[in-house]
Amino acid sequence: MNMLESRYPAVSETSGKISGRAAAPAFLEVDGATVRYGNVHVLEDLSLSVAKGEFVALLGSSGCGKTTLLRTIAGFMQPVSGRIAVDGRDVTRQPPDKRGMALVFQTYALWPHMTVAQNIGYGLKLRRKPRTEIAAKVAEMQTLLGLEGLGGRKPAALSGGQRQRVALGRALAIGPDILLLDEPLSNLDARIRLTVRHEISALQKRLGITAIHVTHDREEAMVMADRIVILNAGKIAQLGTPQEVYNNPASPFVAAFMGAENVMALTAEVRGGKIGIEAGPTNRACEISCGDRSVSSGRLEARFRSEAAELLDAAASPPVSGEALILDGTVAQASYPGGVWRHVVKIGDQQVVVDSSRAFASGESVSVRVPSEALFLFDGGVSDAKGMAL
Amino acid sequence: MSLVATEADFQRAGFFDWRWIPRALGLGVLAFIIFGPLVNLLLWTVAERWYFPHALPLQYGFSYWGRVFAPRAEAMSSLFTSLLIGCLVVALSLVLAIPAGYALARLKLPFRSIVLLALLLPNAFPNLPIYVNIARLFYQIGLNGTVLGVVLVHTTHGLVYAVWIGTAAFSAIEPELEEAARSAGASAMRAFFDVMLPLAAPGLMASAIFVFLDSLDEFTGTFFVGAPDVTTLPLLLYTAGAGGNYQIASITALILLVPSIAFMFVVERFLRADVLAKVGQ
Repeated sequence: MNMLESRYPAVSETSGKISGRAAAPAFLEVDGATVRYGNVHVLEDLSLSVAKGEFVALLGSSGCGKTTLLRTIAGFMQPVSGRIAVDGRDVTRQPPDKRGMALVFQTYALWPHMTVAQNIGYGLKLRRKPRTEIAAKVAEMQTLLGLEGLGGRKPAALSGGQRQRVALGRALAIGPDILLLDEPLSNLDARIRLTVRHEISALQKRLGITAIHVTHDREEAMVMADRIVILNAGKIAQLGTPQEVYNNPASPFVAAFMGAENVMALTAEVRGGKIGIEAGPTNRACEISCGDRSVSSGRLEARFRSEAAELLDAAASPPVSGEALILDGTVAQASYPGGVWRHVVKIGDQQVVVDSSRAFASGESVSVRVPSEALFLFDGGVSDAKGMAL
Repeated sequence: MSLVATEADFQRAGFFDWRWIPRALGLGVLAFIIFGPLVNLLLWTVAERWYFPHALPLQYGFSYWGRVFAPRAEAMSSLFTSLLIGCLVVALSLVLAIPAGYALARLKLPFRSIVLLALLLPNAFPNLPIYVNIARLFYQIGLNGTVLGVVLVHTTHGLVYAVWIGTAAFSAIEPELEEAARSAGASAMRAFFDVMLPLAAPGLMASAIFVFLDSLDEFTGTFFVGAPDVTTLPLLLYTAGAGGNYQIASITALILLVPSIAFMFVVERFLRADVLAKVGQ
């Protein structure tokens, strides 16, 4: 353990104060990178800076360019324009082996002709380390990752979780400046995944490695990362701490991606720090303070999460406490996924999903109350809302 | 369990099924076509005296074996020449096929399929006119009658196996395995030798065996380019056969046959389905 920590001396200071805005000087910098596959632009003029010791998750649906960005950082793809720098050193034209990074592949890519120990020790062998030092480091990695006694096995004789840890050990053994993780958990069983998630982020914090993690799993990104980069069609849709992207989505896409899939069209007038929402065929008039929102008068797109809204009996008078949007509809369907009742509520010709602690009967008239802090408002109609919803 | 036996049960219980007669005859003819000549060959290797109209040799013995394997016999020296040429052809083919196979499998080459097809040309055209021309050319530059000349001729012939199977062997390796080595800090060269080559080795081994057997068996090219200075086993076999010395010819044929069969079993083990599936792609 001591050997590992001495490799990363500045752990405690850096990992302690990570802010959402990367106030620390950039360690890894991607500057205006454009990457193409043939004529298709996979990444468009993308810039990103990552501080030392930071854990950044690249989150997006498949085909959004997140793996391409990771492979470009790793050096397996060349940007047609733009720059990649590590610690002020331009590595854009450097081959992957000269970048001081280690990539953990989605398929693990363990070498089938080498044993676990040989796989983990390969990077050190390349660096011409003495045999005893390699053996010590390999043993240390095995202890760290719970692979004791498996050193002599070939990858084919390991379980999925063990292979994943060997792949991680192989990447960590060389003491990389930057650890790149390409969906390393997606091939694991759901239960193991939850454990490994915490293991990896704990390890990353302890070693103070800068890590970039590609995933399409929102919860995984939220739990593991200091900052989340949400990618859409080769561009950064939003960048911020998990709390920021969850509570202040910058666009309907981000809101939908972060789980606010319920969508309504509203008309509103903004004056004096207040958003006055006009009464519509399905919603009551209300007034909401602007807060962080920057919207203008006219058509608005409203989004909210099913668990953030409240379901009320239509007959009962709505509680007056706090600003909230009230929608009127009827229950179309109720189900019990566990913990809460999930209702599909028909509002006009649209449907929303709302959770409630008690069950409402199908066909019952209800009001959906969306408190101000859970209501995301964006300019424009909901024309492309279906396309945004994932 | 039904107590009522049906007609089918009777048949299964040992009643003769007449439909098997044509099948048995067919299988018998097939076995005779395959094994008949081989049995004849084996008989000739141990026949001391055998002439018409006798169906079997009149006298058995190993005296011809002694002659073939005599220290100064031509058979031994041509066996040695055959093995030497075979090994050189394998070495030359692999030296050419390993980089070619890697490039064809991994790099974005223009005219990739045309390159693969071009390697097939020496095997696609009638051999005789090609070898006559090669012999004429080699005669001019002094390669006729040399081991090197024969090795070159065999290599043009064997290269198609080496490159096609080699390409398939490299294609069957996940690109990520190579990238993982690069990511661990290996140069392109180092990643090739540490990861690609060991993983492609079984396929390359199989291609080497094909090339070796092809060379061991080759007659026409050797005859035009090598004879009479370079005598390989097939040339000796031809001479012995043409001279009516069936014992020497049969023993030589047997020597040629044994490595072919032995290596076929090895190839069958080495050539995995995932490599075979990539041949010619």
